[in-house]
Order: sequence, then structure tokens, then C-alpha cells
Amino acid sequence: MKTTTEERGINLGQTIIEKILSAHSNKHVQANEIVVADVDFIMGQDGTSPLAIRAFQEMGGSDVFDPNRVALVIDHSAPSPNEGVSALHKLMREFARAKGVRLYDIGEGVCHQLVPESGMVGPGSLVIGADSHTCTYGALNAFSTGVGSTDLAGGLISGKMWFKVPETIKFVCHGRLPAGVYAKDLILYLIGDVTADGATYMAAEYTGEAIAALSMEGRFTVANMAVEMGAKAGLMEADEKTFAWLARYTDRKFSPVVPDADAHYALVKEYDVSKLEPQVAKPHRVDNVCPVTDVVGTPVQQAVIGTCTNGRLEDLAVAAKILAGRKVHPDVRLIVAPASRRIYLEAIDLGVLQELIKAGAAVVTPGCGPCVGTHNGIPSDGENVISTANRNFKGRMGNSNANIYLASPATVAASALTGKITDPREYIKENI
Amino acid sequence: MIYRGKAWKFGADVDTDAIIPARYLNTSDPAELAKHCMEDADPEFPAKVQPGDIIVAGKNFGCGSSREHAPIAIKAAGVSCVIAKSFARIFYRNAFNIGLPIFESPEAAEGIREGDEVAVDAGRGVIQNLTRGEEYRATPVPEFMQQIIAAGGLINYVARRVKSGK
Repeated sequence: MKTTTEERGINLGQTIIEKILSAHSNKHVQANEIVVADVDFIMGQDGTSPLAIRAFQEMGGSDVFDPNRVALVIDHSAPSPNEGVSALHKLMREFARAKGVRLYDIGEGVCHQLVPESGMVGPGSLVIGADSHTCTYGALNAFSTGVGSTDLAGGLISGKMWFKVPETIKFVCHGRLPAGVYAKDLILYLIGDVTADGATYMAAEYTGEAIAALSMEGRFTVANMAVEMGAKAGLMEADEKTFAWLARYTDRKFSPVVPDADAHYALVKEYDVSKLEPQVAKPHRVDNVCPVTDVVGTPVQQAVIGTCTNGRLEDLAVAAKILAGRKVHPDVRLIVAPASRRIYLEAIDLGVLQELIKAGAAVVTPGCGPCVGTHNGIPSDGENVISTANRNFKGRMGNSNANIYLASPATVAASALTGKITDPREYIKENI
Repeated sequence: MIYRGKAWKFGADVDTDAIIPARYLNTSDPAELAKHCMEDADPEFPAKVQPGDIIVAGKNFGCGSSREHAPIAIKAAGVSCVIAKSFARIFYRNAFNIGLPIFESPEAAEGIREGDEVAVDAGRGVIQNLTRGEEYRATPVPEFMQQIIAAGGLINYVARRVKSGK
């Protein structure tokens, strides 16, 4: 691993995020400038939209800036687990109807899968979402970032948002991931290395042949967790894989953004991933990362495969490959939440879901599943959960006396099988 | 503006799930949220916090979710301001937007002990530890952001400016 820092010279080269913010504010900008930028797309979910709707009303908002560029998603508590949440969902449905904006209701999926599937976001786009994992669309070469409800309301009214142009940290990932080691292991390793606030107020750019070799699913996983190192965005360049993925959903044309050769980076970190082991984030911090071999044998009572980090088809397929023809350990509840209805149906068509169900999985509604502790599998006191989610904070899954371990879908599936944290390389001898 | 109260100390990386767990997001009523403020970090906190008290924490305060309920719960619990070594990005912005005063001060975060009487002069960016007779500097807050706080948040700030024609 190599780390380089440099002082900014007189060069005017730009990073990806400097270029996107320049294009959206009609001037050449560099890190630390404050800009007011046009927003291409705005998203809110059911945890944050109700406050945004209230702020929208208190600000005297009447219409949203462009109903075609707004989506509201009911995914965090879907279907509603109680009356309080039902009232908030109703508020969202009424607002969406009145303003003519798209509402994704229960069962359609998790926001960070639905926005990319909408075809509205792609290379060069600028997106704000009232959800911290909005950084996911960086995998599509878009600048997308999480904001609070008041900011969201301002954006809904004006179609604009002020930003401080962030510095960028470049993560160069050389080599090829070994069998049984995935995008999730890579991003957990990076977070463990730079820590939970290692990129606060900054953008991350991920590059190198290991990133190029990832599927789009894998790239979404890596971009998704940029916020777990404090970053405002996690960006990648677009390539043939990006365009092929987008072509499934839209024929819209986008403007890919490439960083300049003389762009300035606050920090350049280089890694060789060819010897990386499966990684696990231990309770209760996402940067509390170790190789799986350090925690092998830790008993688990619940295993979760899904969420905006790892609920995509490739994730379910890897788990099915490990679980096919086998049974989940009798002491483990395996909960599977496909990231979208489309993925749910594709997983059925391919027989993936059948394998998981036969192995003993409980499949829940496409959406956030049990990740955020509102429903769908709240652990009991003293229990250990192994999950493909992105957060293991104390209380995250609804019980502050439970412990959450984060890992790849392969590690979670292998652990569900044995009832204890297990190295997936025992089951995966070559990458699929 | 001077904020004065007793310090409650927390560690590094206090996340928004600790500040207000998602299981309580079935309401956006500030008073209801306040009842569970900091519950997963200190279950007794909602009962013992007094109006004016000050939260003092380590680095990366407010990391995690974008939920604006987090600064709202702290403000509604009666906390007058938060001092931390550093703040997570989304929380930082949300706090200003809803009018919760926050101050970045590594030296105050180090020097202040639980129960110390603390006074913060927002305009001068000076934090006084009245119990220990110490004084710390806070990172200066831009003038317009101080005005947002003084107005009680971005919504009131914008409304006032619209009213006064500025």
C-alpha cells in the first residue's frame, strides 16, 4: 500500500466531482469553492420525506421544480409495521399525488436500486437524496449525495442546491480479487484502512483494474459505502459496462466525466487487492474491520442478505450457489430481501430464489428489509447477526443489546449454513 | 449569543442511530423524538438532561444516516448546543438547517469533563469552562450561518429575509 500527498500547484486540472459541479453551475470550479448548482434528480424515502414535506409546506412551496425529476420511495418500513408509520406513508402518497411526482410504493424495492433502474440518473448527473447512501450512484459516474430533509425541501422547490466543492481522495486498486473475495470485502478493507471519518467532507474516486473488473453490482456496493468513511460521494469513471447496464433501462444520453490527468487529489492511496481476504466489520463500528479468519467460529443466530449494499441479483446468486442443495443451520434465521421487484422476478426466473427458499431462507418484501431496525427481523438481546448491510451501529437493527457483523453475501451465506462465522472460500473455489 | 449549561460527555463516532434510533421514526413530533434522544448511547439521558445542557463529544459526531430527526431530537431535548472534536458532514448541515448550534473544538472536547459548567460565546467562538477556569477556541462559523442559527433554522431565516425584502 502506498500513500501520496501533494500540495496544489498552479494546474487547473479537475477531478470528477469538480467537473460535474462546474457543469451544473456554469463556471470552472475547484475544491473549497461554494457553488449553487442545478440538480438533475431528487429522491426521498419514507424515513426522511415526511419532514421534507413539512419543511416544503413551511417554506411556502407550491409546486416541485420538475415533477419528472423527483421520486419518493417507501422502502424503510414497507409494508408499514404500525399506525405512526402508516400516517407518514399516507402523507407521502398524498403529496406525490398532489404534486404529480413518482411514488414507489411498498414492494417495489430499495431507493438506491430503484433510482438507477429508473434510467433518470447516469454519467455526469447531479443527484440529491434524503438518505445518506445516495452516494451509491457514483458507480454510474454521477455525483449523488445524501442531504437532510430541509435541504431536500429547498431542492424540491428550486431545483438547486448549494455545495462546497470537496477535495478528492483517489483510491487506486491494482490487481484482481481472489476467488471468494468480493466488492464488499474490498470496500470494507478500504473503510478499515482510512477509518469512519477518513474522508469526511471529501469525495472518493475509485479507480484501477480491480474496480474496472467489478460488475456494475459490485461497483454499486463500493460506491454505496463511501459515506461510511465520511465521504460526500464515491465516484467511478464510466466504461462499456456502465453503458451496457444503463442501456437495459433507458436510451437517454449522458455525458461521461473523466478526471484530468493533472487533477489535484488531497490524497492518493494505492492498494494491491490480489491477496485480499474476505473481510468482516465487527460490532459496533463499520471501520472495525478484520479478515474473516480472525472471527471464524463466532456463533450467529440471524443472517441477512439484501439492502442497498448487497441485495442485487449477483449477490443473491452467490448466496444461492453456496446454499443450493443444503440447509441453513437450525439455530439460524436467514432473511433475504431482494433490492427491487425486478431483481425479485429475475431471481425467480433464474431459480436463484427457489434455491434460497429450499435452503430455509425467509424472503421478505423488496426494500430495506431488517437493516434499519423498524421491522422484518429485530434480533433479541445478546444475539449475533451477520448481514450484508452497510451499518452495524449499536441498536441499528432495533435492539441495542444485539451485535451486528457486516460481510459479503458469500460470507453471510456460508455462515448461515454452519451457524457460525465462516470463511466462504471453503465453498467458493473460483469466482462466479 | 451565550449558551450556558452542564456538560454531558460522549465518545467518538456517535452515530445518528445512537442519537435517535430508527425505531422511533414513526413520528416527526420533536417532543416525542426528544424522549428517546441519545437513548442507545446512554439510556438515562432523556430523563436527566436539563434545559441548557451541552453535549460534548469526540470526533465524527452525527455520522451515519441523513435523518434530520437527530439534531431535532437533541434540540427538543433542551440541549443548548453541541461541542465536538469534529462533525460528520450531513449532520453538520442538518444542524444549521434546523437551528441547533454546534461548535467544532478539539481542545474543548479534550478539556471538558462530564458535569463541568460550560459557557459558549457563539459570536466570538470562545468556549469557557467555568468549573475548571479554562478557555478554548471553536472553529469560526461564517456570519450567514450564525444568522441561520439565530433565526432558529433555515426556514425561518429564509422567511425573514423574504419578509424584509433582502
